[in-house]
Amino acid sequence: MSKFKKKKDGGLPPINTASLPDIVFMLLFFFMVATVMRDNTLKIANSLPKASEVEKLEKKNLVMFIYIGKPGPGYKSKYGTEARIQLNDDFSEVSDIAAFIAAERASKREEEIPFLITSLKVDKEANMGIVGDVKQELRKVRALKINYASIKGDVFDN
Amino acid sequence: MAKRAAPEVNAGSMADIAFLLLIFFLVTTTMEKDSGINRKLPPIEESDEEVIIKQKNIFTVMLNGKNQLLVEDELMDIKDLRDAAIEFLDNGGDGSCNYCRGSKNPRSSDNPDKAIISLKNERKTSYGTYISVQNELVAAYNVLRNIRSQAQFGISFKAMQKNAKDVNWIGNKEKLKEQIAQIKLEYPMKLSEVQ
Repeated sequence: MSKFKKKKDGGLPPINTASLPDIVFMLLFFFMVATVMRDNTLKIANSLPKASEVEKLEKKNLVMFIYIGKPGPGYKSKYGTEARIQLNDDFSEVSDIAAFIAAERASKREEEIPFLITSLKVDKEANMGIVGDVKQELRKVRALKINYASIKGDVFDN
Repeated sequence: MAKRAAPEVNAGSMADIAFLLLIFFLVTTTMEKDSGINRKLPPIEESDEEVIIKQKNIFTVMLNGKNQLLVEDELMDIKDLRDAAIEFLDNGGDGSCNYCRGSKNPRSSDNPDKAIISLKNERKTSYGTYISVQNELVAAYNVLRNIRSQAQFGISFKAMQKNAKDVNWIGNKEKLKEQIAQIKLEYPMKLSEVQ
């Protein structure tokens, strides 16, 4: 009878999801920008020890990484089970460290060189023998600022 | 013929695609910041000049291949190392250190400036234990520095260092740096490692 149709009153109207992709894209871009892809592929076991007196490494581009640990599963047959050094992407010897430091220094600007820090990422299962050798080698090339990479935590778990 | 409008592309699955990418990046993201214990290696000295240090000013810490700890010729647990190191450093045996709160034992270190901690490890020592010991020794210095700076300036040494790095911190940076240097001078970190 009535001229005007009665409005439907079937509960709540559906929520408009048209802006959902925008929100998701926003998150996506955030994570894309924040993601740091690993620049070194680790070929060794590398579970860092815990320590309570850790300091953060502020400038990431001024850090040189030396990895030490037992060869990973695929490399045991070739490199044995004793802890080895990894520089960049490959297994190395103690004698390669001097060349590695020189190469890293050459790739940095001259005024940055005194601020370079060597970060020793050593597996907690490794022996001190090889770490001592590396430290001695670093002293020879006068790369004296070092950082024992460790995770913040309880030292008595080590 | 009636003009037909181009059909609209269905954008409903856009969200799904974006979610897929989002989850991929969520999983691969590592937001870790590298952290660790900062130390400085001693430079290789050319001269073989013998420096005579009194035995009582040296605190020997030895780690053997079985990860056992020997401190001042006594077996010790890592848990007790921090307190033992603090006691040694803060002893002030010769009375020249007016801020030391130690027991002034004449057979222990003279003052924090002369006290040296000597760490020796074997090739077989595991790195995890070595880091624990390093951490405890660094912690001993930090505890003493914190106490000293709390008494002197009413703020902990850690907070001062944090302020010095903070660009937004309001205050006199020059003065702060002087204060940090003073604390560092009063408790110099003399941690030597035997090769």
